[in-house]
Amino acid sequence: MAFLFVFTTFATTIFESMKILVCISKVPDTTAKIAFSAPNTYDENGVTFIINPYDEWYALVRALELKETLGGSVTVVSVGAADYEPIIRKALAIGADDGVRIDAAESDAFAVAKEIAEYARSQSFDMILCGKETIQYNGGVVPGMIAEMLQLPYVFGASKLDVNGTNAVLEREIATGIEVFHTSLPMVVAAAKGMAEQRIPNMRGIMAARTKPLNVLPSCNAQAKTHVSKFDMPPAKSGCKMIAPEDAAQLIQLLHEEAKVI
Amino acid sequence: MKTLVLIDNHGGKATKASLEAISYAIAMNAGNVSEVTGIVFGKIEGDANTGVCGLTQLVNVSSTSDSAAIAHWVVQYLKESASTLFISSHDNTGKEVAPRVAIAWEAAMISGVTQMASVNGSYTVKKNVFSGKAISEVVTNDNKVVMTILPNSFGVKKQDGAVAIQAVEGSLSEGKVKLSEVKGNHAEGGIPLPEADIVVSGGRGMKGPEHWSPIEELAKELGAATACSRPVSDIGWRPHHEHVGQTGIAVRPNLYIAVGISGAIQHLAGVNGSKVIVVINKDPEAPFFKAADYGIVGDAFEVLPKIIDAAKAYNASK
Repeated sequence: MAFLFVFTTFATTIFESMKILVCISKVPDTTAKIAFSAPNTYDENGVTFIINPYDEWYALVRALELKETLGGSVTVVSVGAADYEPIIRKALAIGADDGVRIDAAESDAFAVAKEIAEYARSQSFDMILCGKETIQYNGGVVPGMIAEMLQLPYVFGASKLDVNGTNAVLEREIATGIEVFHTSLPMVVAAAKGMAEQRIPNMRGIMAARTKPLNVLPSCNAQAKTHVSKFDMPPAKSGCKMIAPEDAAQLIQLLHEEAKVI
Repeated sequence: MKTLVLIDNHGGKATKASLEAISYAIAMNAGNVSEVTGIVFGKIEGDANTGVCGLTQLVNVSSTSDSAAIAHWVVQYLKESASTLFISSHDNTGKEVAPRVAIAWEAAMISGVTQMASVNGSYTVKKNVFSGKAISEVVTNDNKVVMTILPNSFGVKKQDGAVAIQAVEGSLSEGKVKLSEVKGNHAEGGIPLPEADIVVSGGRGMKGPEHWSPIEELAKELGAATACSRPVSDIGWRPHHEHVGQTGIAVRPNLYIAVGISGAIQHLAGVNGSKVIVVINKDPEAPFFKAADYGIVGDAFEVLPKIIDAAKAYNASK
């Protein structure tokens, strides 16, 4: 723990204080059109950008809840150019204490993880929270890479996270049940649905966000190990074959003989 | 290229997703299985079922631990065996272990791969992006590569193989992350959603949790898993782990049957990898029909019994 005060006057009571880092990414709104202005360039024209939902709804909100219960601070970090600052301000409006933008291109998972790990290395965070993947690249590996770079314990896809002293209890929903993990802080967590509920920033939060610190840090010049050579659209559906509701029984025959999926 | 495949051990057996990863690795080596070694941690039964996809070499480390300890053991093995490719499924185990391997082994990594890679010094490979609304072609700048394979993308290519098992006595360091228990049993008698070949899914059109029996009955007849839309899990009609969509689970079954789901773009993002989509909705304007292969405009409670009866007749004739 960053700050640990033990009062022995009473029965031993530990007042905790969590220093939490939440990694956020800028992604197109979930309803945004997907088009490309060049073979390997996403067409941002007219697109509204949001905080990646997994980062915002689950990682950030759970971090704020832990801070509210245990005391401490929540810092948000994002790797990107100046156009990432609106989403950092949004995170500050939701309740984060300060924001950090690392001034580097979001080139690949390795480079992003390296930039964040180099920043976090000097900051002694008790916990680094990320969403389980972005809805843009669907990679899901940045938090695991950060964990390895900093030699920290890591749980992917946690749907529940509680802290007790320097220990954490996490749950992960799997197809056959719920896995329960115990580990020690500091640690890295990739958050999934269930960990918290979305919070809408109120006017006071939006006003307060304007004056909260947003520090721009230089890149450590991490070099990407992969690049996107082109984007394609998935093959279009050939059209929907309609079946009259009274003939619904035919569906099974069509799925067997024509589609060959049963 | 010498290839190591991480196999997820589920009760002594390889998961279906891991068998797909083995099939992928064998195909990547142009069918030359001698280049492919599987690695599995913990106690296994027999060959952990890895022979069904033609694997011939399996390393079984008798103990298991957390992702950090497993990754460090794997990296040591990769270095000693002069391997150049590490493959796992894009499942929970792969998502924890593979990024660690990529860092410790100083390799390039591509996650969620959906197609065969072409290798020409570097690797060029395709994966889904924008939640399945586009496909990206990714190029590595290294010939030492870590890949995770998206489940239900490549399939299990069945072929005969006699597996030689190299047993290694436990030499893993104690992990800092400990799995203490697995609670509940969602899929008791049922089929885990991410591995299902057929999924039957219900939305708000089902009008309430008490009306779910036709969904469950059709799923049972088809050997399918059940799923639901986000509103249905948010209002508590069905559990969160059944929520399919952009912020829930993405599924890629052979057949996805959506009943009473309008097909919001966020839901489509979770199912657009499905090979065949059937939409049943009483609203002919439901956007889901645009993404469907077969559509029925009608009341679910009148249509589903007909389909269930036909499925029963089909099963009886098999």
